[in-house]
Amino acid sequence: MVEAAGIPTLCMTSALDITSAVNPPRAVFLNFPLGHQTGKPHQPELQRQIVRDAMRAFETIERPGTIVELPYVWDANDRRWEETDYTEGFLPERPAKEDADTAEAARRVRFSDMK
Amino acid sequence: MAVAYIPRTRELYRAYTPYRWVVNTDTPPWTPLEKPIAQCRVALMSSGGILYRDQPRFHREDATYRSIPKNATQADLSVWHFGYRTQDAASDHNCVFPLARMRELEAEGAIGQLADPAYSFMGGVYSSRKVREELAPRIVDELKRAHADTFYLVPA
Repeated sequence: MVEAAGIPTLCMTSALDITSAVNPPRAVFLNFPLGHQTGKPHQPELQRQIVRDAMRAFETIERPGTIVELPYVWDANDRRWEETDYTEGFLPERPAKEDADTAEAARRVRFSDMK
Repeated sequence: MAVAYIPRTRELYRAYTPYRWVVNTDTPPWTPLEKPIAQCRVALMSSGGILYRDQPRFHREDATYRSIPKNATQADLSVWHFGYRTQDAASDHNCVFPLARMRELEAEGAIGQLADPAYSFMGGVYSSRKVREELAPRIVDELKRAHADTFYLVPA
């Protein structure tokens, strides 16, 4: 929709099957576990490289529907994450509403103290 | 080899009616870039459920978005999302919302500007119709108001 409104778009993805079905104008695929689309925590060099590559893809993608794949590997010695990502027991249990509300109230207090 | 998330999600949520994933077979819409990315104002959006300070959290069927000031730091940000393991994103937002990295690219001239604000929504929202009819038009309005040249979407 944004593209149709006249603004070039690019999305990232780690879920190639989902993105292939959506068929967006421009996409950049990185084979990392969900929740790490632009890198590993506290590794700014890797994050910067991934984002730089995404920005370059804005210029290099010429055909709508192109998905560029980035070369970075999550762990050269361990690919087990690919078997367990998003499988049974992977997601945390949804908290009870009261617990979620309490946590949310505490979060907002913490930030309102920050003024 | 890429993980197949559609079958995995179907299995995880097998107690429910199978999700009807968005499938687009036509050629996507296309707006060519009019100038080099180093001259573009880039708007950043994450679907990772990022919140700024005491902004209200997302709810499960939530098609709203949050505006995140472009100079927000780690201390200003928190995460609310039920659909992925959020620990790493909560510890370093740049895993799913590369705000600090985009500021750096702006400072070094790799992009023209990072639009202010950046945006976040909660991508676990079930209804693609809601996203299409409620969220997307509002984002289009925001981007036009901000004079964004390009839009960069990072999922979580």
